Amino acid sequence: MGQSKLDLLQGTLDVMVLQTLQAMGSLHGYGIARRIEQVSSNEVLLNQGTIYASLVRLQQRGWISAKWGTSDNNRKAKFYSITRLGQKQLVKDTAYWQRLAGVMGRVLGMQSGGGDR
Amino acid sequence: MSYSLREAFNQVRSYFRNEQLDREVNEEMASHLEMAVEENLRRGMSPEEARRQALVRFGGVQQALEQQRESRSLPWVDVLRQDLRFTFRMLGRDSGFTIVAVVILALGIGANIAVFSVVNTILLRPLPFRDPQQLVRIVEKDPKAGESSKTYTADATQDFQQQNHSFQSVSGYFAFTGPDNFKLVGGGQPVPTTGLLVAEGFFQTLGVEPVLGRLFRSEEFVQHAQPVALLSYPFWKRRLGADRSIVGKTINLSNSSVVVIGVLPETFDFGSVFSPGAKVDLFVPYIMDDFRDDGNDLALVARLKPGVTQAQAQNETDQLLPQFYFEHKHPEYGKGYTGQLTGLKEYVSGKLRRSLIVLWCAVGLILLIVCVNLSNLLLARAAARSKEFAMRRALGAGRGRLVRQLLTESLVLAVLGAALGLGLAYIILSYLAHQGSIALPLLAMVRVDGTVLEWTLLIAVGAAVLFGAAPGLRMSASNMQEVLKDSGPGLSEGRKRDRLRSTLVITEIALACVLLVGAGLLLRSFLRVLDIDLGFEASHAAAISVDYDDGGNAAKRAAIWQEVTSRSLTIPGVESAGISDNLPMSRNRSWGIAVKSDQKNPNFIPVFVYIVSPGYLKAMGMRLMKGRDLTWDDLSNNRAVVILNETVARTLWPGQDPIGRTAIAGGMDAEVIGVISDVRETGAEDNAGAQMYLPATKQFGPEGSYLVVRSKLPPASLASSVMHTLREINPGQPATEFKPIQSLVDHATSPRRFFVLLVGTFAGLGLLLASLGIYGVISYSVTRQTQEIGIRMALGASQSSVQFDVIWKTLRLALIGVAVGIIASLVLARLIASLLFQTAPSDPFTFAGMVVLLGTVALLAGYLPARKASKIDPMVALRTN
Repeated sequence: MGQSKLDLLQGTLDVMVLQTLQAMGSLHGYGIARRIEQVSSNEVLLNQGTIYASLVRLQQRGWISAKWGTSDNNRKAKFYSITRLGQKQLVKDTAYWQRLAGVMGRVLGMQSGGGDR
Repeated sequence: MSYSLREAFNQVRSYFRNEQLDREVNEEMASHLEMAVEENLRRGMSPEEARRQALVRFGGVQQALEQQRESRSLPWVDVLRQDLRFTFRMLGRDSGFTIVAVVILALGIGANIAVFSVVNTILLRPLPFRDPQQLVRIVEKDPKAGESSKTYTADATQDFQQQNHSFQSVSGYFAFTGPDNFKLVGGGQPVPTTGLLVAEGFFQTLGVEPVLGRLFRSEEFVQHAQPVALLSYPFWKRRLGADRSIVGKTINLSNSSVVVIGVLPETFDFGSVFSPGAKVDLFVPYIMDDFRDDGNDLALVARLKPGVTQAQAQNETDQLLPQFYFEHKHPEYGKGYTGQLTGLKEYVSGKLRRSLIVLWCAVGLILLIVCVNLSNLLLARAAARSKEFAMRRALGAGRGRLVRQLLTESLVLAVLGAALGLGLAYIILSYLAHQGSIALPLLAMVRVDGTVLEWTLLIAVGAAVLFGAAPGLRMSASNMQEVLKDSGPGLSEGRKRDRLRSTLVITEIALACVLLVGAGLLLRSFLRVLDIDLGFEASHAAAISVDYDDGGNAAKRAAIWQEVTSRSLTIPGVESAGISDNLPMSRNRSWGIAVKSDQKNPNFIPVFVYIVSPGYLKAMGMRLMKGRDLTWDDLSNNRAVVILNETVARTLWPGQDPIGRTAIAGGMDAEVIGVISDVRETGAEDNAGAQMYLPATKQFGPEGSYLVVRSKLPPASLASSVMHTLREINPGQPATEFKPIQSLVDHATSPRRFFVLLVGTFAGLGLLLASLGIYGVISYSVTRQTQEIGIRMALGASQSSVQFDVIWKTLRLALIGVAVGIIASLVLARLIASLLFQTAPSDPFTFAGMVVLLGTVALLAGYLPARKASKIDPMVALRTN
């Protein structure tokens, strides 16, 4: 094995799910999981099953809604979509992650022997 | 943070829809896997490989399900439920243990709840008045002469009311009301009724509002006003059938028509606050002009203005009161009061604080003993269950989970015990609240309230942690391999556990020791109090309040008194009879007495005064030391004569014979005709004060009259014939109670009796628990050592040597416990020294008695297991296992 996969940080999966639903509209659990895998180019260590804990959590917080429907190949599945509240939360989370990424980038980009003078 | 609220709400909802949600998520995951399989098939995998890959990518269906459950619901509730279910199963299986544990806990917790309720009512809870912290009681700074020096004249009260700036209002009540001073006439036999005279603004000062009608108005406090009355709630309910239209109606009180103007609330119980044990049926106005010449008779209660401190008010009182004349009409009587302000609450219950705290500590000790006992029981059980726990740990239960399981068990036991204890306390308290004979203030208001329930919860949880912690930690820490390897009972157990249990038993014995010493000291004090020479013989005498109508004529009164007395003497069994307007240890009143001399300012001393008939001294069993008793001639001829007690005789004429000398008593010259031995007037423990006895003549008018009858027969058997005789003389005689004089003494000693009884009960309980503890530990260790003992006996040890060993082990525990207990008791007994009466805190009899008692109990507790040990058959013991 080459590089090992990325462990998911606490709370990151929730944001990924929200963003996926924001981008793709209504999706079932399998679809969401596959989509995250594809977008992350299989770099994320994701047990697909863990997505269900995240889904129920987001649903209970009122950020996504769910209803039963039929998939393309005529299979019964639960379809999730993002709510108004979820969109607001996503805006907040996006800003947070971008700030964090920026800070992390700067911190890790520090030159050794650093300091201004 | 509204989403976390929403989440919590949804979690609770999910908790109740668990099965449906499980079904849904299972379905969802199944379809997820199917989709993954289909996709893999499309990619050209074999069916087996497609399914395998799908499962690998999914990463454990069961884990995912658990994860989902955990985030959607309340997993700890499930764990708790599981723990509880398991606990109940365990406790149910071991029902003997459970019952013993719960009963012990119930006794300990119940006693604690009961005592806390009493403490809460008397010490902690504010008085049931509006802004009670503003209320103060005002009494003379150095009250020497009973009630009379705790009261003020009408004139002085009025001066104080008008001139002070510190108080919103100053009011008071007539302090010399005897029980049954009125009779309620109409509809059958007259009913004896107690009516209290209250000064203007009394209820307004306290902040008491009537439930029906209104309070008194100013115009009702002037002479010749329409007589009115306010009814107490119980009287209204009991005697007037809770008639809601009573206001405005007229009742007949002692043959005068009185208009009922209102009914006071149920929460207002005058007696329990101001005069423990007394019941007051109704209130009537104290009309100042009726009492101008009567000396001190108002007990003052005042309400501070907001913002005025008690110290400021005290300052003003110190300036004002010394200027006030006793009587405006008679400035020659002098002036100069003092006044000590005491918060009403402090006045009512301050004296009891120490006793109650001691009681509280005693009951706390009981709870400690209970906890130690339970700890011991649980340790014994832990030993028996150690395999179960080792097994559970081997199967993967975490240590935290096991400790939690054990604490759940302790908590369940404690809660069951607390519930039963609450029931127990409820019974005790309802009993106490209806004990009018116990002269403790506020006792009638004792009840289980919110604070008490909180306290119950607190001590239940506290106890559970206390008795559950040691066994819990011990069990979870034990080495599971060792436990699983252990071959079971029969061999002597690890010394460590044995030592812990022995330490617990020693603690228990030491605690019981402290309790026993405390109870013993209080009991000895109480016996000393009972031994006091009261100056009269309370047994074989009884008194009854006599009603008559003399029309204000002294001669007629003397005739009635003589008739009542002489006819009472004809009742079979009556040895002597006499009448007095006052009885010892009930209300009291003092007048001045001085030596008659040529000096201008005779030196008056305050003395308790009794207006009596001939025969009263004899009927009370008082001892005439010198001179003679009164005669009916003294009464009918209005002779000014006086009988003194020894204290007065000694003070007025030290070293001389007082008989035949002249004193100024009750405002006139009176010849001393007799001296009696001192009588304890205010209570058994107070010193006998100064007393004098005057004949009921024109000059000395009695306030009420009690017929005292001495007989060898029990009072109950005489009651009907006495009442019959009184009714023959006066058909209007109300059905007053024929009360044994002993009940007056009992009433006066009742607070002490109350404390002795309670502390004694706790000590007994402590002793019982300690002996159970000893028995438990010894008999357990005998059981564990069955094999060992068997071997020793097989090798030739005799029955008696085995027995001796076990008993010696018991005694060693008891001796260490007693030694520790004695040291602790010596320290702690000092703290209750002020509660003792003629008993030293280190009273050797008490300590010796305690040692003997505990030693005997320990021997007994050790003897049973010792006998069992000596009966062990070596063959049987060795064959088992």
